[in-house]
Amino acid sequence: MNANEEIQDLVEAHEEDFVINIGPQHPSTHGVLHLKVKLQGETVLDVQPHLGYIHRSIEKMCEASTYRNFIYLTSRMDYLSAHMNNQACSMAVEKGMALEIPERTKVIRILMSELTRLASHTLWWGALGLDLGATTPFFIGFRDREEIMDIFEESCGARLTMNYNVPGGVMYDIHPNFQKRVHTFLINFKKHLPEYDTLLTGNIIFQNRMKGVGKISAEDAISYGCSGPVARGSGVSCDIRKWFPYDGYEGAQFNEILETDGDCFSRYMVRVREMYESVKIIEQYIDAIPEGDFQAKTKAVLKLPKGEFYSRVETARGELGVYIISDGSMKPYRIKFRSPNFSNLSALKHMATGGKIGDLVAIMATLDLVIPDIDR
Amino acid sequence: MRYLAIYIGTILRAINSLRKGMKLTGYYFTHHKEIVTHQYPENRKKMFIGDRFRGEVILTHDENNEHRCTGCSACEIACPNGTIRIISKFEIDPETQKKKKTIDEFVYHLGMCTFCNLCIVACPTDAIVMSKDFEHSMYDRKPLTKILNKRGSKLMKGVE
Repeated sequence: MNANEEIQDLVEAHEEDFVINIGPQHPSTHGVLHLKVKLQGETVLDVQPHLGYIHRSIEKMCEASTYRNFIYLTSRMDYLSAHMNNQACSMAVEKGMALEIPERTKVIRILMSELTRLASHTLWWGALGLDLGATTPFFIGFRDREEIMDIFEESCGARLTMNYNVPGGVMYDIHPNFQKRVHTFLINFKKHLPEYDTLLTGNIIFQNRMKGVGKISAEDAISYGCSGPVARGSGVSCDIRKWFPYDGYEGAQFNEILETDGDCFSRYMVRVREMYESVKIIEQYIDAIPEGDFQAKTKAVLKLPKGEFYSRVETARGELGVYIISDGSMKPYRIKFRSPNFSNLSALKHMATGGKIGDLVAIMATLDLVIPDIDR
Repeated sequence: MRYLAIYIGTILRAINSLRKGMKLTGYYFTHHKEIVTHQYPENRKKMFIGDRFRGEVILTHDENNEHRCTGCSACEIACPNGTIRIISKFEIDPETQKKKKTIDEFVYHLGMCTFCNLCIVACPTDAIVMSKDFEHSMYDRKPLTKILNKRGSKLMKGVE
């Protein structure tokens, strides 16, 4: 049998199925994610994510730099929750040095984290509308996000990759305008939140595209290692802020949002309702920032004792874990990041198989993937 | 028959919910006060930029062409990606006849800078600051390597 006949046989055997490549450059994959999708007609038979297009070996780069220097790199992983990534690394280093951070720092960190969460969720909400073919949500989402970005620019110095956390506290004290601007933002944002429901949540066409699509049960969500809104959409209680409170979240009054259906719509509702909870947390702390230092006193050169240190935070997408092995020198011996997006992506095949190709886009939108966090 | 009623009902409710959404869109279409978009190149003069904005590293000089950099290399050590390089020289102080370390060239590679602000925090004499200039695009990469100290500049008196 020659080569041509072999190909002919292969074509005949798979006449009904065909394979299409979505990405690496495709607007609905939100980055350089490459999906190999096997289709029969319009029905998805198999989804295979191909990773590595934006791998920058951040873990290895971290091992080559000192404990003070490596933190800025982690804001390039999940850039939409850059503050939480930096916080997780700072916390791991603080744990190693057995450093107590001041009360004021804790409150500033909470406020900044919740503002980052709001910024991330508003962007996700806008991009979700765009993925499903609605253009207006994108502008509505970005309008509110812009106000948060301005607050960050004033206090942290940058809009996206803020590098505001340093081991022992935060880089600067908050800007004198900070409280005033957050108050203005809260007034505007609470006025705008019902618009989110009018435009998408209440829309019947939107609901029909989301309800019953991309179902995943609680057991499957746990076994795939999902975390954050993806797992909470299936009814798995996994909020790190509630279960393992860090940096002053012990005192915060908020509810963990749980939905039970496990489809796209419940993942959507978890995020929308989380925005209300974040507003609640910010309102709680904005007028109660304690006086004091914003940074604990540290040495110029940080050294961690021999051992292993682990810290975890709840980013906008789920649980981020930072694992440091120290050999007692200035630089970490090994660093490992447990990123939420990688585990969430692994559930994509389970959710999309058997559905239609149009639903695949909706599922990817509600997974809220940030590709640089998957590849690192 | 029941299926048909549900089907038509869904279409009607969908149209109604579309109307609600379009009402909101129409509101923003007709109310020009709600527009938050800035026209970028035109609004350069009244653009909001925070005090702590990280544009690029500059070495501040006063009116006598004097800077505050002692050449201690703290910024060079603090920089995570080797953006800053300080070439120092030894000068003989005319008053005390002692050897003194001063900077010859403060080399700054803007193309490698990630604007993390660690050099500014590390500087013990507040010699370097971040400027608010953010329009860095160039056709050639050579101008991105900058020498920050001006020609003939000296160390400010009293800065150790």
